Amino acid sequence: MTGVRKGYIRPLDLRQGRVDMTHGSGGRAMAQLIDELFASRLGNAYLRQGNDAAVLPMPPGRLVMSTDAHVVSPLFFPGGDIGCLAVHGTINDVAVMGATPLYLAATFILEEGFPLADLARIVDSMAAAAGDAAVPVVTGDTKVVEKGMADGVYITTTGVGVVTEGEEFSGDRARPGDRIIVSGTIGEHGMAIMAQRESIGFSAPIVSDTAALHGLIAAMRASGATIRVLRDPTRGGVATTLNEIARQSRVGMMLHESALPVQPAVAAACEFLGLDPLYVANEGKLLAIVAPGDADSLLNAMRAHPLGRRAALIGSVHQDAQHFVQMTTAFGGRRIVDWLTGEQLPRIC
Amino acid sequence: MKFIDEFRDGDLAKGLAAAIRQAARIDRDYHFMEFCGGHTHAISRYGVSDLLPRQVRMIHGPGCPVCVLPVGRIDMAIRLAREAGVIVCSYGDPLRVPASGGLSLLKAKAALGRSVSSGGGTSARGDIRMIYSSADALSIAQRNPDDQVVFLAIGFETTTPPTAVVIKQAQALGLKNFSVLCCHVLTPSAIASILESPEVRQWGTVPLDGFVGPAHVSTIIGTRPYEFFAEEYRKPVVIAGFEPLDVMQAILMLIRQVNAGRAVVENEFSRAVTRDGNRKAQQLVAEVFELRRSFAWRGLGELPYSALRIRREFAGFDAEQRFSIHYEAVADHPACECGAILRGVKRPQQCRIFGTVCTPENPIGSCMVSSEGACAAHYSFGRFADLTAAQ
Repeated sequence: MTGVRKGYIRPLDLRQGRVDMTHGSGGRAMAQLIDELFASRLGNAYLRQGNDAAVLPMPPGRLVMSTDAHVVSPLFFPGGDIGCLAVHGTINDVAVMGATPLYLAATFILEEGFPLADLARIVDSMAAAAGDAAVPVVTGDTKVVEKGMADGVYITTTGVGVVTEGEEFSGDRARPGDRIIVSGTIGEHGMAIMAQRESIGFSAPIVSDTAALHGLIAAMRASGATIRVLRDPTRGGVATTLNEIARQSRVGMMLHESALPVQPAVAAACEFLGLDPLYVANEGKLLAIVAPGDADSLLNAMRAHPLGRRAALIGSVHQDAQHFVQMTTAFGGRRIVDWLTGEQLPRIC
Repeated sequence: MKFIDEFRDGDLAKGLAAAIRQAARIDRDYHFMEFCGGHTHAISRYGVSDLLPRQVRMIHGPGCPVCVLPVGRIDMAIRLAREAGVIVCSYGDPLRVPASGGLSLLKAKAALGRSVSSGGGTSARGDIRMIYSSADALSIAQRNPDDQVVFLAIGFETTTPPTAVVIKQAQALGLKNFSVLCCHVLTPSAIASILESPEVRQWGTVPLDGFVGPAHVSTIIGTRPYEFFAEEYRKPVVIAGFEPLDVMQAILMLIRQVNAGRAVVENEFSRAVTRDGNRKAQQLVAEVFELRRSFAWRGLGELPYSALRIRREFAGFDAEQRFSIHYEAVADHPACECGAILRGVKRPQQCRIFGTVCTPENPIGSCMVSSEGACAAHYSFGRFADLTAAQ
């Protein structure tokens, strides 16, 4: 009589276990990691097909596709973690094109020795974010690299969505006279990460604004306002995103510093670190360029949505051969709001 | 934000602007030099110049620590990382300053050999790391006992005491792998150099009616060191904080002095600066550092007794001695006007390569690197004004 149970595989030790090289080998250990840690959490019918690629139904319209790598440090921060960030970031890139996001693919690069408990926490957070957004992760991949060759985990997500032909947004459609709206307070994601890294303690910590924006965008579309451009001001912040739009649309912009919504804690942390909230990353905000007559109705529609409650009109578009983004300062002067130079905040997303 | 917004209040600024307009005589011009990069930055970022009448002109001074650091000093740090295999720690801005051979500390860092062993581990010799404070450099040394760690210490009197602190701490800890490449310089020497320059003294090509004096530097050294300049050169000095209202108030005080024919040191920044400064910090600095006989500044050249070196008692923490490296002068880029700009002889937009070859992304001269540099401040915040003027 033997004590060996046929077909028994000892479950992953999600409390003490760590990623090792066998988890990327393509063998049984990898299959187990995928089954027990990924598929069980992200589970959906497409992922369960278990083929090399997912076969998906597609509504009519034009395909919109985007991909985004995430290397944020630290992996866990107030308001989120690399898992939900990887879901929100890619959904938002698809959504600001005017598309309905449909599916996600996810690739994990894991460092040997990474705790399985942390990985499970990250995948749980991804699953929750994808579930809330109703955008499933339908295919994925994992690779393991030797200790020291990566920093814990890197996640790349790719998203596809669909948009009715002719209804997609583009950065080259801003026109003189248009108004510029931001969907809420700026700089929270970047400062949440920096405050954590620099151990800046506040009585109430700065919380990342990471969120999926397609619901807000749907509400904005439903308002009937003539939206020319939508974009999410992530790395480089509002300043860099507006400069991109100004260049693409061949226009100038004028912002009003006193109209910029900034939480007091973010303003204070920026002051300590010598940063400007205009250049700090957001992960749950968007900028909208809207036809002048529709600014009020769009603002009202945005403020009625939980993610747009603090939406604000921050400036306008004008003719300018140099495509400068300028700002009237609260002090009463005028200055350029230029492109970001160098690396202000490395590994922010 | 409390204690910040009060000093950036738009209504108060309007009031001050009106007072300046009223005080400034229309039959003459006023040329004031703001010594510090911190003031240059505030003037550009808040658009202070827009609030000044036409006859009041601000001249950017040399008080930007990164700007006055000569190429040869950056080369020394690069040599330490590349040839001596040390971990060089530096504040962020010096990393981007162009050095010899098309390098900068940042480019040198990317090119440093990082050999990957077959076992998957890395063996690194020599590295360049960005830090936020001198204390970070010390803790890097403590965490890497097998590596030599060198702190590239730059700056005026404000950053000198923290360097003295880490040298004393390293001594108390008995650290054998920590040293400092000391490039600390002295504000009064730079002011004296400008006042002595032929452009100001003989030729009059740089009209100079007074100084907006340093804020943070003065918290350490006090207002007393400037009294000599006011008396000897008949130039009024008003010490001012780095907030935009501070700068405007100082300009108003300068105009009033000029109108009254007075030349004294006044202290607008009295909430932080006293006549004698921070005695404790001064003692600490005197304990660890002594005067160098001469030091090369970018733009100002070799200035006697204008910088500090580490005293013999702390020689073990002096990177120049530990690694036997010496400063070698390197010529600046021939088209670069940083030198003239640092002396107030030229404005950034008068440099042929400003905004064309030389931009914040691809700086040729040091004034385009730091956000406190005259060129970077003008490029980033004010260059639209040149176009408006040209049209």
